[in-house]
This record gives sequence, C-alpha cells and structure tokens, in this order.
Amino acid sequence: MMLSDRRPILFANARIVDPSRDLDIVGDLLIADGVIREAKKGIGAAGVPEGTDVIDCRNKVIAPGLVDMRAFIGEPGAGHRETFASASQAAAAGGVTTIICQPDTSPVIDDPATVDFVLRRARDTAIVHVHPMAALTKGLEGKEMTEIGLLKAAGAVAFTDGDKSVTNAQVMRRALTYARDFDALIVHQTEDPDLIGDGVMNESEFATRLGLLGIPKAAETVMLERDIRMVALTSGRYHAASITCAESLQVLGRAKHAGLKVTASASINHITLNENDIGPYRTFLKVSPPLRAEDDRKALVEALRKGLIDVVMSDHNPQDVETKRLPFDEAAPGAIGLETMLTAGLRLVHNGELELITLLRAMSTRPAELLGLPGGTLKSGAPADLIVIDLDVPWIVDPNELKSKCKNTPFDEARMTGRVVRTIVAGRTIYEYA
Amino acid sequence: MTIAPKSTFVLNHRNLLGIEGLSAAEISGLLDLGEEFVELNRKIEKKTTSLRGRTQINMFFEVSTRTQASFELAGKRLGADVMNMSASSSSMRKGETLIDTAITLNAMHPDILVVRHHASGAVELLASKLDCSVINAGDGAHEHPTQALLDALTIRRNKGRIEGLLVAICGDILHSRVARSNIILLNQMGARVRVVAPSTLLPPGIERFGVEVARDMREGLNGADIVMMLRLQRERMNGSFVPSVSEYFHYWGLDEKKLAYAKPDALVMHPGPMNRGVEIDSIVADGAQSLIREQVEMGVAIRMAVLEALSRNLPNA
Repeated sequence: MMLSDRRPILFANARIVDPSRDLDIVGDLLIADGVIREAKKGIGAAGVPEGTDVIDCRNKVIAPGLVDMRAFIGEPGAGHRETFASASQAAAAGGVTTIICQPDTSPVIDDPATVDFVLRRARDTAIVHVHPMAALTKGLEGKEMTEIGLLKAAGAVAFTDGDKSVTNAQVMRRALTYARDFDALIVHQTEDPDLIGDGVMNESEFATRLGLLGIPKAAETVMLERDIRMVALTSGRYHAASITCAESLQVLGRAKHAGLKVTASASINHITLNENDIGPYRTFLKVSPPLRAEDDRKALVEALRKGLIDVVMSDHNPQDVETKRLPFDEAAPGAIGLETMLTAGLRLVHNGELELITLLRAMSTRPAELLGLPGGTLKSGAPADLIVIDLDVPWIVDPNELKSKCKNTPFDEARMTGRVVRTIVAGRTIYEYA
Repeated sequence: MTIAPKSTFVLNHRNLLGIEGLSAAEISGLLDLGEEFVELNRKIEKKTTSLRGRTQINMFFEVSTRTQASFELAGKRLGADVMNMSASSSSMRKGETLIDTAITLNAMHPDILVVRHHASGAVELLASKLDCSVINAGDGAHEHPTQALLDALTIRRNKGRIEGLLVAICGDILHSRVARSNIILLNQMGARVRVVAPSTLLPPGIERFGVEVARDMREGLNGADIVMMLRLQRERMNGSFVPSVSEYFHYWGLDEKKLAYAKPDALVMHPGPMNRGVEIDSIVADGAQSLIREQVEMGVAIRMAVLEALSRNLPNA
C-alpha cells in the first residue's frame, strides 16, 4: 500500500511499546505532519481526522525507531566499505531511524568543517537521520583535545576516539574537565593497547586450543577503572563505548552507585554471541573488543535487565573480502550490524532472557536521552520516527539480501524469528518488508 | 629642584613578597602614595632624591619587558642606582644555585632587590638569605603584588572606589600570579570578585578564595564593573588546556559582543603583554572602555610608591 506523506496515518490495534513511558499496551497510534499525535487505547477510526490512512497492526509491535549509538560509516574516505546511502538503507531495513556515525574516518572528523560535511552529505544521501560523534583528540592521536565547543555547536553529539583508547590519563582528565563546561558526552573505548598486545580474541582455553593469542578481560577493566577515577576527579559525563565482561560490570556498578555520570554500551554481538561462535576461525566473528565467554554474555544481559548497561548498539563495521578473507590473526576486526541488531536482540526476547521493552529501551530511548536527541519515544509531539515489528515472522539472514555494501555479518545464514516490517522516518515510510 | 611626596606613609615590612599579609590600610597607603607619583611622572622634572645613595638591583630570572623597565624607571626617578641582571646573563645559567646567587649579591650590599623568578616561592627563599629589602616582581603562579597594586590604582582612579565593585577576572586563572594577587587585594578592599574561565584553566579550590566562579562569559561578565583579561600562553592553547586559539577566542575571548554582557560603563584591563585575537579583540583592547595603556602608566607610579614606602623603613633612613 502506498501511503501519502501528507495524510495522517493511524496504526490501529498495535501493541504499543514505548520505553520512554514504560508503556506496553494494545492501542492505536496517530501520526500527522511528521509528528506523533497520540498513542493510546481506543483512538479508533472515529477519532481521527478525515482522510487518515489506517494501517491495521494487529499482532504487531509499534515502537520508537532505533537509535544506533555506534556505527562506522566509510564517509569520508572509505566509501567502498559503506556510504551514508548504503548504511541508511541497511538501517531502514533493520529498524534504525537514527545512526550515530563514528569519527575514525579519513579525514578524521575532528574539526567543525568535517562535521558540517558529514551532516550535509547525510542529509543529501541518507534516508534516516545521521548524527556524527566527533573525535575527542586531534587526529585520534590521544594527545590534544579537539574543539569540543565548536564541534558540538556544529552538530557533533558526542566525543570519542572511535575504537582507540586514550592512554594518557592527563589528556583524559583535561578532556573530561573541559567537556563538562559544554555538557558534552565523552564516549571511550576502554581497552589498554599494551594489554591487547597482539591478541586477536578472548584470552581463554579456547584461544589456546585455536593457537590464537588472547586479549585478557583486564585490558578492558584496567582502562575502565582508570576512567572512573578520572570521572570522579572531574565530574565529567562519560560513556563506556563497549563493555564485554562481568568484571567490568562490577566496576560500572560501583561507579553508578557512587552517583557518577557514567553510562555504558554493549554491542549486539556481545549480548548475543560468545567466543565459541568463532568455531573454526570464522573471521566474521572477529570483533573489537573480542567476544567473551558465555558467562560474560549472560552477565551483560543481566546488566541490561538491571539498567547497568544503558545502551545496545550495532557496532556496525563494514569490512570487505580483502580484509576478512584472511587467516584469523590477520583479518580485520568488525561486523556489520545495522540491519540485524533488532532481530538478533529478539532472540533474547524469544528465549525469555529479556523483556521486549528492555531491549527497545536500550536501542532507542536511552541512546536518544544520552545524546540529547528528540527520538526514542512515542510521546505526543515527538518526531514520527517509528518501527512496526512482526515478532513472529521467520526468516534467514542471506548476506546477498543485506543492504550494506559489505557482507561481513556474524549472523550469516542464521535463522531468525521476528523483524521490522515497516520503518518510518519523520512520518514517511522508508522501508517495508515484502 | 626636587619634589617630595606629601604622604609620609611607611610600609612597615622589610619586603614586599605578596599582597597576602597587607592590610587594607597599607594597600590604601600605597595607592595614595602612588597617586602622588602619577602627578610627578606627568611633570617634566620627574626626579626626586629619596633613594639617593641606595642601590637597587633588578634580578629577572624570567624574561620581562614592561615590569623590568617599569622598576628601572621607578628606581631611577627616585634617585637610586639601578642595576639590571637578567636570566640570560646571570650565573644561574652557569649552574649556580639560588642560595649562592643570594650570598654573592648580599656581599655587594644592595638596599633593594627586585626579583622575578619562574618558580613559586623562589623570591621568598632569596629574601630569607638577604639583608636587603626584596620586592617580588612575580614568582611562578604565586604572586605579582605590584601588578595588583597598579591595577587597584587604575580602578580607583577611574571608578573613584574599589569597594563594592564587581571585578571579573577572565582567562588563564590556573597559571596566573596576577589573578592570585588581584583576588587577594580586591577581596581585602571589599570588591566582589568573579573568575571566569574554562574548567581546565581554573585551579582546584579556587571557589574557597572568596570568589564567584563562572565558566562562560555571559554569566561571568553579567553586571561586571571591571573586566580584567589574562594572557593565555601559546603552549597552553593547542589542545593541552584548551583545544585551539579559535575555540578559545570564540568562547572566552573578549570581543564587543561579550563586553556587552558587562555593565555599560564597564572598563577593560589587561596586565599585558596581550595576545590580540586570543584573549582579547583589538577593537576592545584599543576601545574607549580600555584602561590597558593607563595600567602601564600606573605601573611606574605604583612601583615608585612601593620603593619609596619600603625605603622609608630601611636602616639609616
């Protein structure tokens, strides 16, 4: 069914899940002029303006569009891996209505002009919202902080050195201190590069059996501990970019208990997969930080339930065959995820590990709140960025069907249950599952 | 022809190491005396004889143009024999310790030593080993008492008072001895002091110095009678304490727009040397509200006042 952009739309008889209000009811949702009018029980066909299109959403879920807090897009500099256009197509098919792209591009997004370029380029070519994070240090070199004030004014939503850690504690202290004056969020990959060394996967018996060098969990925990001390010293606003292990959760728990402005993400890979999925050296499961043990995965899901982990992100990282079809040691880390993050997360819902509303909160409401973005909610007046989910439709992830330019999905050929069937951005349907 | 000041104020200290420890009465006494020297300095015959026969050594371990010139001129106008020693020519370069330098100098029987040193507390250390009067011309990030006094004189002459004024000190508070001396003096004289800087340039515990703290200029300059800008050194502006010159100027540089947040009759000060386009816009620096050139004039007068007031307390005076 083709729907006019201008006419109001009523999504009738849907299971409305709005984590921003702890709302999970069967009801109707009305949008008009790109904005959510209301979402409640019994608006009905009678209660809507004349000319309203009605979409029956019986047995389907309607939820805020996902806000993916961490995705690498190849622009500028690596358009062969992903463009805003291709990434946004993948996002739309995965229910992601807002992509937060990372600054580790070429050139690095570390000056206001590049932020401006990204925003213009995305505006002209992407079908979902795109907001960049800017680099925390110039050239991602970990030495000198970037123009946090001007970058934020230009549209950077947070500051990060991508998958690089800032090893110099003094630089981190000053950046946290300075960022506080602008209420800027610092997002940090907590991995000590010296402890990573030449490691390529989780340090474990399994790694030893594969003959691969491991990365200890302490590489993460040590850096996180240091960061928490810096946050305590500076009162800065801090977000751990990708937490993977149970030990880190203890550190995080203490920091939150102490009232520090600390939040954290886990990637969809780390909450749904473990190191054993690497199996026979499958390089598509080589990610950074590495997949950990099953106990760690379970601990992450538990932390998600308790709100200790705030955000689940895709950690979308397109790698082409040249960088993936290599021995495990030599393959580039990274997995695509925009298109599969929700469906992979639904696995946890279906097997009873997680409530749907909890998953959706971590993928939409919380990231929007942390980044100060208007989405992540179905409240009246919010932008009509929303998704319709069929929780029960079975499908198989076929890499050739994926919209991403690169096909390095860890869910290659996986059987899935449930997916996005319609994605709406600013009131317009940008994706429909045939 | 010599003109003696009418004021008979005596500073009952051997040294002037900082504003800390000076009473409001002592500060006022110095300002009153300074006022008389302003008049004198505007005459053709500027010379007096109150320091005749005295030896003043200016010992600058850290480079300075205006402060050193100002002290030299002040000493000469009071009739002292003035000798300048600078870091480049001093034995410190050859590895002599500060204490040995002090002992050597002491043997030459100077009456007044004016010292600038890059290390906080170095002037006090020298003073403890010397028999003469010592004036601190700036030590590290500790104190610069004559700067605070000349600023106070400039303010008092333009506003008629210090008490009750709101003075906003803006910029690199962390590394600034000028800020510390000014905060102490202005508090002592009953002014309201506000410091304005990015958090990276605010020293820990500053809120317990009796100042209000603001992180942005709109809030910081609101209602200010005096806007005192501080120099930001080059090595601190490229990502270590602030990201860049352009960001610093955008948020904390004093331009006409930000000056408009202050009172309409607010006056602008800067201890110099200025970085135009970094902490201050040329239009403001050279504008009608600027007191920056007057500060330099007051510098000579206030240093004469300090030399005079201390010398009255010297032995055999």
